[in-house]
Amino acid sequence: MNLVRGVYRFGYDFIVGDDWKIAVAALLSLAIGLTLIGTDVLPGYAVALTGALIAVSFAVALVVDVRRR
Amino acid sequence: MGNHAVWGLASATFAAAFVEFVEAATIVLAMALTRGRRSALAGAGAALVALVLFSAVVGYSLATWLPRTVLQLVVGTLLLIFGLQWLRKAILRSAGLMARHDEDSAFAAQTAAAEAAGHRNRFGLDWFGFVVSFKGMFLEGVEVVFIVITFGLNAGDVPVAVAAAVCAGLIVAGIGAVVARPLSAVPENALKYAVGLLLTTYGTFWAVEGLGVFHGGSSLHWPGGDWALVVILAGWLIWSRVLVALLPHVRRKSVAANLDRLGSPA
Repeated sequence: MNLVRGVYRFGYDFIVGDDWKIAVAALLSLAIGLTLIGTDVLPGYAVALTGALIAVSFAVALVVDVRRR
Repeated sequence: MGNHAVWGLASATFAAAFVEFVEAATIVLAMALTRGRRSALAGAGAALVALVLFSAVVGYSLATWLPRTVLQLVVGTLLLIFGLQWLRKAILRSAGLMARHDEDSAFAAQTAAAEAAGHRNRFGLDWFGFVVSFKGMFLEGVEVVFIVITFGLNAGDVPVAVAAAVCAGLIVAGIGAVVARPLSAVPENALKYAVGLLLTTYGTFWAVEGLGVFHGGSSLHWPGGDWALVVILAGWLIWSRVLVALLPHVRRKSVAANLDRLGSPA
């Protein structure tokens, strides 16, 4: 059990790190991007727009983090 | 893969591995100087063997079981989150909102802990020195392995990524053995900033391309193909500088608002 807990904690620290909001922001952006790509609302721009969404959501996560410090 | 992509792969892997190995070297050096070279080197050596086995198993599993688009999505997303974490710390440090990483203070802390720990021998080795060196090298090394595997598999050139990481390891080990003190002269915070930008750039590129797995199964394409990497990198650099300039104002406003709230009558 300790081994499982240790592996989980290592995996969490390794991937999610100090701020879980960053991981959530990245995943949320990719999910929204996936929807954009699927609906063909902005054909040709959806890929670049998903990249921009990642940047914006990262900034939002950082601002929330800094305001709470 | 184009030449610029090979150089991007090699330089990103080298820089990331260099930074991680500097941190591992600080721990191993602290153990070597306080608990004895033999135990520290045995711990570091055992960790390297474990890392090679770990890389072989994980690398083989990913390359064998995952189709290319799924691989792009999975490792691209992991790389993106990983890179954003590095970039977050780099931005907060550059903005003066987080203490800078300092190898001298890390070395002092490790040395103090080693001197305070009791002596216990196992297999003819000082166990504390062995275990701390093993853990330090293994944990930092896993990050290198992750970067080598993800960059190597996604770019279709694992040997370049492995060679870059091995070069970084040999250089850090060589310098560490010669100077026998923490490599505090290495501009670690600047390197981490650069690596964070590179990891985030490749993570953004691959994760978004990998979304194609849900739309027909083949990778999506960025406008401009591989050249989009240059635009994404420039975009992240500019965006990170904007955040470095902006975040101290956000912090000051937040502190002022909190003080106002505390000072106002209930």
